[in-house]
Amino acid sequence: MPKAFFIDTSRCTACRGCQVACKEWHEHGVVPTLQRGTHQNPPELTPTNFKIVHFDEHKIDGRIHWLFFPEQCRHCVNPPCKDFGDMYVPGAVIQDEATGAVLYTEKSKELTPEQCKDIKELCPYLVPRRDEKTGMLTKCDMCIDRVQAGMQPACVKTCCTGAMNFGEREEMVALAHKSLEKVKKKHPQASLLDEDSVNVMYLVTQPRDKYFEHASRDIKPLSRQAFLQKIIEPVRRMAG
Amino acid sequence: MTQHWIDIKNANAILIMGSNAAEHHPISFKWVLKAQDDGATVIHVDPKFSRTSARCDLHVPLRSGTDIAFLGGMMKYIIEKNLFQKYYVENYTNAAFIVGDGFEFKDGMFSGFDPATKKYDQKKWAFAMDDKGLPKKDPTLKDPRCVFQLLKKQYDRYNLDDVSAITGVSKENLLKVYDAYAATGKPDKAGTMMYALGWTQHSVGVQNIRLGAMIQLMLGNIGVAGGGVNALRGEPNVQGSTDHAILWHIMPGYNNVPTTNWPTLEDYMKGNTPKSNDPKSVNWWGNRPKYVVSLLKAWFGDNATAENGFCYGLLPKVDPGVDYASMVLFDKMYKGKVRGGFIYGHNPAQSMPHTHKIRKALTMLDFLVVGEAHETETAAFWRQPGTDPKDVKTEVFLLPSCQRGEKDGTISNSGRWHMWHHKGYEPMGVSKPMGWMVVEIMKRVRDLYAREGGAFPEPIAKLDWYETYDPDLLAKKTNGWFTRDCTVGGKDYKKGDQVPSFPSLTADGSTVSLNWLYCGGYPAAGKNLSKRRDLSQDARAAKLGLFPNFSWCWPVNRRIIYNRASVDMNGKPFNPALPVIAWEGDKWVGDVPDGPAPPMAMEKGVYPFIMHTEGMGQLYGPGRVDGPFPEHYEPAETPVTSHPFSKQLSNPCIKIMDSDMDILAKPGDPKYPIVLTTYSMTEHWCGGGDTRNTPALLEAEPQLYVEMSQELGKEKGIKNGDPVIVESIRGKVEAIAMVTVRMTPLTVKGKTVHLIGMPFCFGWTTPGVGDATNRLTPSVGDPNTTIPEYKACLVDIRKADKVTELAR
Ligand code: SF4
Ligand code: SF4
Ligand code: SF4
Repeated sequence: MPKAFFIDTSRCTACRGCQVACKEWHEHGVVPTLQRGTHQNPPELTPTNFKIVHFDEHKIDGRIHWLFFPEQCRHCVNPPCKDFGDMYVPGAVIQDEATGAVLYTEKSKELTPEQCKDIKELCPYLVPRRDEKTGMLTKCDMCIDRVQAGMQPACVKTCCTGAMNFGEREEMVALAHKSLEKVKKKHPQASLLDEDSVNVMYLVTQPRDKYFEHASRDIKPLSRQAFLQKIIEPVRRMAG
Repeated sequence: MTQHWIDIKNANAILIMGSNAAEHHPISFKWVLKAQDDGATVIHVDPKFSRTSARCDLHVPLRSGTDIAFLGGMMKYIIEKNLFQKYYVENYTNAAFIVGDGFEFKDGMFSGFDPATKKYDQKKWAFAMDDKGLPKKDPTLKDPRCVFQLLKKQYDRYNLDDVSAITGVSKENLLKVYDAYAATGKPDKAGTMMYALGWTQHSVGVQNIRLGAMIQLMLGNIGVAGGGVNALRGEPNVQGSTDHAILWHIMPGYNNVPTTNWPTLEDYMKGNTPKSNDPKSVNWWGNRPKYVVSLLKAWFGDNATAENGFCYGLLPKVDPGVDYASMVLFDKMYKGKVRGGFIYGHNPAQSMPHTHKIRKALTMLDFLVVGEAHETETAAFWRQPGTDPKDVKTEVFLLPSCQRGEKDGTISNSGRWHMWHHKGYEPMGVSKPMGWMVVEIMKRVRDLYAREGGAFPEPIAKLDWYETYDPDLLAKKTNGWFTRDCTVGGKDYKKGDQVPSFPSLTADGSTVSLNWLYCGGYPAAGKNLSKRRDLSQDARAAKLGLFPNFSWCWPVNRRIIYNRASVDMNGKPFNPALPVIAWEGDKWVGDVPDGPAPPMAMEKGVYPFIMHTEGMGQLYGPGRVDGPFPEHYEPAETPVTSHPFSKQLSNPCIKIMDSDMDILAKPGDPKYPIVLTTYSMTEHWCGGGDTRNTPALLEAEPQLYVEMSQELGKEKGIKNGDPVIVESIRGKVEAIAMVTVRMTPLTVKGKTVHLIGMPFCFGWTTPGVGDATNRLTPSVGDPNTTIPEYKACLVDIRKADKVTELAR
């Protein structure tokens, strides 16, 4: 039975407990950051930040909207990053059968920086990051060690508002739909993002283009076509 | 808190004002969102649109420092529209009391003011008494001198136009908030107020909170589930530290500090033990002698006897009417009147107002001992920017303190829950618990006195001191034990038995207790209730979200205080769906009631507000030094030169330090036209000493910023992310501009007033993050507490050509 996350951004207070818990659980070091006129820091995912809370603000019809989005890998049902990984270095990207977690293994070190870049670009949400120090491809690992030990992922465990939820996919889908129905009363434009193709389902209150670009990157027109294109490209490169 | 965190879920309306709860008390929002799920309206009144506002139904920006005008308007609205809970107001508050002839209010001033001392003669505000020594009353509330009529008159001036003009809040928004919140004036509805330093840190801080409490009384929101006046306190253990008297004006358990007016114990007891001639008034403070004697016994042990006044004479006495608050202490230090001392877990060089002055003041010391987990701006002041260590005479000792996870002990949370925390791992390096430092240092001081004598050794020599620092022993002693075999309340106790609960404390020396409020929390050997983690509850408690078997809470494990005000005079709950307590048959069921007496209407029944001498909620409060009713006054630094409610611009009793460095911008100063408010944030804790040394947190919030509106950005040519200089009459601070739609310029008396906001947690000991925002704020304070006015002062802002404090 695959697992899934349901992330209800209408409850998120951007406390960043999840962002910090993720680092702490993985004993990740930090990247140097600067204040750039936003609370969002580090600006994007890094090899030591598998989770970043995004802050987007708008004034729409005189009303202020501050949109929070705790970003992480979506653990796609049919992960494009795996399609590519399998082609380059089989076993570099695996999908855990029991949980559906998409995981990058030690073997990902065998991927060239360029291959890593390709994989990142084919990810509909631009998630994977190559760790220049270890050579590994990195991203959220669903806290697979915790989950296999019967615990909740670190980010879910720390979230006190009910924004982060984790469990059996079926339960999460049901919870997502129930929540959407409720949230729609206050936010008529609320929707679930790509619920069928991902195991990390986000509920957003505004149209998706009001969020940062990788939340809004629309995968449908891109997927098959882009995938084929991408496959040809490296072959060409190898040939050339 | 009168309530506890989980109880927030029971509210029908939540007014978050003077607090950024989601950011500073993140867990509170678990319960705020639960209430919202069940239909509660959540309102945030605050200058800045914050992470709290993002989750609220309504965010209303107001000009910092105008809360009383805003709430005064609400009070008028509630009275005029008859939205108050009449039964509650008539029976449970002092609305019917007749105020004596001495009280008068004219043009912003109450009667009895002495301009020379800036003090009121509070006796002028006393109630009119009848021949039995009880306050005269008019139950019809019609007498023009009754509290209700005076209250009505007081806030009659706070009309929508004037409130809107001074607060900068549109009339439409005022009405939205008033309507939504006043709707909780019904018996089966409850509204809660969540506040924090945004209410307290003003020169009218105490009166901000009083007016909030008065509105809660009018709406019948005190004592009930989902109601209350809730000071949000947190990780710094503010609840525990006030209970145990880290403030100068009280001893543990909220007992006044001795003054020279009370040279003997007898004088002290006479001056501090209120009497009531009303048999229905519990007048709890009538028990004070038991608590104070037990405290003296805890301090001086066998040396304290009835014959020597339990060593009361050995306590230091302050001069009456003299302020010893920390702002005054640093003023004295700056003036060279302090030689040295100890600073534990506090970073005044960063977190006190006007830190230029504080940093200078520290250089006047001969010695300074700092107990800290990190080297803070206070510990390192001798090498602070602009100071050559060679010029500093002060000898500085930094005692490395371990962190909470490295030691056993307790914390009292905001809901008054006393919770044990277990040591998780050994302290790093040579670091030690601060309690250990105090015990060991005092042991050596006592040895010195024993060997060498001294001018007045007794207060130190006669202390009942400790061999080693033992948190369990201190917890036991905080509860207290019997000093001899005795019988109290018909029960026999043996010497050394723990006191079961504070009604068993005595004034004859047979009990010790370091804090009567906590008596009952460790009622028998091996029974430390702060260690309880039992989640069991009955159906009634489950509905309320009460966990009576989890930890322990003062007083006597009562989870909601003043709960006798949640039932009518026959003990029937106002809100039958969420009863806190109820009189069933011949006993109370539910939470621990405020005393076992039967409901008020019964023969032995008592009034609900047991801590007040008259037993009633105080709509009229003659105990505050700046007036029995809150009145709007402008902050010490204000962008306006007048306000609509009176000619008195600022609080007449305001505390202002008077050193040469203490300068203030004049009202409406054109050089400093912008209002600055300062605050914390989720990622950093207080002055930042701990969290700036926690890499993951510094990564998330790396540098000092200033939040400002897009309109102000345009006016000043400042773009998002630009380095800027913020300047007040006292100093300059570099920061990065956060130009945002979340800040809104306000229209105040027809003119645009800009507000900016800055966190205060960044300091120079962490390189490149910026330095103290408090270099901008003034040393002025509230007259009741001397809490500094951090929340409103005047500044200007400009784009910086280059910055030196911030890494770029
Ligand atoms: S922990 Fe929860 S509330 Fe906090 S930022 Fe993450 S998702 Fe949002
Ligand atoms: S979100 Fe990207 S990285 Fe994560 S599984 Fe899908 S394709 Fe792979
Ligand atoms: S599931 Fe684990 S790895 Fe993934 S974002 Fe959450 S804490 Fe980080």
